[in-house]
Amino acid sequence: MVPNTVIQATPGSALRLIPVITLALMLGPVFAGLVGTILPAFGYLPALGGGQFGLAIFQELLAVPGLGRSVWLSLFTGVTATIVSFLLVVLFCAAWYGTTWFRWLERLLSPLLSAPHVAVAIGFAFLIAPSGWVMRVFSPGLTGYTQPPDITIIHDPYGVSLMLGLILKEVPFLLLMTIAALGQVDARRTQRVALSLGYGRMMAWLTGVLPQIYPQIRLPILAVLAFSLSVVDVALVLAPTTPPPLAVQLLRWMNDADLSLRFLASAGAVLQLGLVVLAILLWLVGERIIAAIATLIVTSGWRFQGDASARVMVLITVVIMVSAVFLGVLGMAIWSFAGFWRFPMALPDQLVLRNWMRLGADLWSIIGLTALVASLASAFAVVLSVLCLENEAQQLWRHRRGGRLPQPKPWRPPIMWLLYLPLLVPQVAFLFGVQVLLILLALDGQFMSLVWAHLVFVLPYVFLSLGDAYRRFDDRYIRTSLCLGRGPVITWLVIKLPMLLRPILIAMAVGFAVSIGLFLPTILIGGGRFDTLTTEAVALSAGGDRRQIGVFTQLQLILPLLAFSVAMALPALLFRHRRGVQV
Amino acid sequence: MTQATSQPGLVLDDVTITLHSAPLLTIERTIPPGDIVTVMGPSGVGKSTLLDYICGTLAPVFDARGTVSVAGRRIDHLPPQQRDIGILFQDDLLFPHLSVGANLAFAIKPSIKPRAKRRAMVEEALDAAGLAGFMDRDPATLSGGQRARVSVMRVLLSDPKALLLDEPFSKLDAALRQQFRAFVFELTKARHLPVLMVTHDADDAASAGGAVIELQPSSTGAQPG
Repeated sequence: MVPNTVIQATPGSALRLIPVITLALMLGPVFAGLVGTILPAFGYLPALGGGQFGLAIFQELLAVPGLGRSVWLSLFTGVTATIVSFLLVVLFCAAWYGTTWFRWLERLLSPLLSAPHVAVAIGFAFLIAPSGWVMRVFSPGLTGYTQPPDITIIHDPYGVSLMLGLILKEVPFLLLMTIAALGQVDARRTQRVALSLGYGRMMAWLTGVLPQIYPQIRLPILAVLAFSLSVVDVALVLAPTTPPPLAVQLLRWMNDADLSLRFLASAGAVLQLGLVVLAILLWLVGERIIAAIATLIVTSGWRFQGDASARVMVLITVVIMVSAVFLGVLGMAIWSFAGFWRFPMALPDQLVLRNWMRLGADLWSIIGLTALVASLASAFAVVLSVLCLENEAQQLWRHRRGGRLPQPKPWRPPIMWLLYLPLLVPQVAFLFGVQVLLILLALDGQFMSLVWAHLVFVLPYVFLSLGDAYRRFDDRYIRTSLCLGRGPVITWLVIKLPMLLRPILIAMAVGFAVSIGLFLPTILIGGGRFDTLTTEAVALSAGGDRRQIGVFTQLQLILPLLAFSVAMALPALLFRHRRGVQV
Repeated sequence: MTQATSQPGLVLDDVTITLHSAPLLTIERTIPPGDIVTVMGPSGVGKSTLLDYICGTLAPVFDARGTVSVAGRRIDHLPPQQRDIGILFQDDLLFPHLSVGANLAFAIKPSIKPRAKRRAMVEEALDAAGLAGFMDRDPATLSGGQRARVSVMRVLLSDPKALLLDEPFSKLDAALRQQFRAFVFELTKARHLPVLMVTHDADDAASAGGAVIELQPSSTGAQPG
């Protein structure tokens, strides 16, 4: 009997440690941070003179004026934005999946996704503000205004602009995840079967396809829900200010010079965590109820054949949304070059470079720091993801059966929930605890702490982006190389990695873009010592200097765009005489 | 177990593969140099599993017993890269990021030096395949038949002591198939390679001209004549 320890006599045993290390790096801060948040909330923080466990701080929290309003605002805007985003994505897929319109939106996804939340929010704010583009186009002609009207549009008390701003960014994300899920089921033929039974296009998709893919988009939806409920950066740009949503209020307390407010912030962060948990539970219950109702509708045989006008309405909504994103961004681009630009004018009198020049060296150091943090975080994330996926591939191979033998159920490590955890736990709830712990360890404001904080949020996206391509690799190439007499390490380095160069670089660009957009981790873990494009853009958005804001939002868009261009151009250049690589 | 190691050719001595303690296949066979033995049998009977065991890429979920020797050397305990077993799949699996020449050079043992000699070997192989001057070509620009020939030359350049064929002709159209089959068999016979071929196609077996083994589903002793 010869033990079959053949292929895995590779660096396999060391590889097996990598997922553990990766999870520790990613989830360690989440759990440690939660502890660091929860203990002070109950009065325990010796460094600041708290040594008494109790509920006193929560009583204090509940007595804060306007707290109820803040909580309600967070819940209402977060849940509504999520529901609307989800409905739009589902209805659009139902109405237009497999058509030219669908492919058209698919092509626009990458730029929509690589734009940081804040940049989209700022662009949107300019579009709808009283002195914004929409108003300018209709003034004075339709409105009669020669001065910006004194009305509240952004920062409106009901958070409508906040919800719209969130929806603009969440729809592309959910659509991407839906398209990925669609690739794994036989969506086309399922839809065709339902169509042939006389169902309308939308009902065909909703009854035939959606139930198959929903389990796979549930986690992304919950991540959107958690994000929308606890968002800080978009809220600073668009949300009401007195009182603000809970997460914004927490940030104020955390950054307050009065250190005793930190206890209040901790208690508030626990409350924020509770809100997210509550909302997730509500969503999961809602799923069941809707599934039950849907079953009744489906079995009733209602076919909704006359769905033409519904389809057109969905399309118009989506087109308006996408246009809003692009127009907002375009508006800020014009602002960054604007000279004199009076109110009702739709365009500035002249375009100048002055707005870019006057920042000089400061701008370069901000760009440099932003790019450095993003490069390091995404590079670490790519290395860890590649090694994790290689370990997974080897584990999978151990269970593989030859040729056409009945295959066991595709084995997937149960890591999806773990991967999504940093996206499900509200940032503000655990980052504050991390900050407290870093201060205790005298590691606050360190550059590497900042990179690590970014890594926590970059890793899930990098892993998700790379996973499909890595798992789809045809391992007969590996066997061919081994049987040609080359060892496993050479095979991995010379055959597998180069063939996967493009998806690896794309994953790195995704990580880079995520890092560029991170606001709260940069503020809280950087200890205010590191200015990135995003923190600057948010800080400036409070003031009225649209030219400056324009410069920073443009840079926020340009950096990820550059990263994606390199990720596509480099393999194209290296393999320009190798048509077979792109497959 | 020991007498097998002195025999030339590919020797499978009492090879039994089991999956979760259920026997999958048993085979006892010596393939002399220059002979082609064909393995046939219904889907799922474990033909590819047998090839995996011989070249050392069998997943640990299987249990395998029995010795495999080639050219007098026992190999079943060696990692795949040390076994001197070549394999061809139904796809050519040319590495798409390497030129035709680099694909071929990749297969030549590192101990063969200097560069000029390696290059000469690649050129000679291309000549033999009727592909002189294809050194720097992108594999993606070759026709299916040309790619298939390159993949054969590649495996031969790795200087195997035995060759395994995993339905290597099944994706080619009828005319090409016959031509390519003749090309492969001619080469393996000229080099006195023992060949084990897995196929579904009776024509393949007939033109191989050697013994045919029919594997039966979960039989305990598939050892026909």
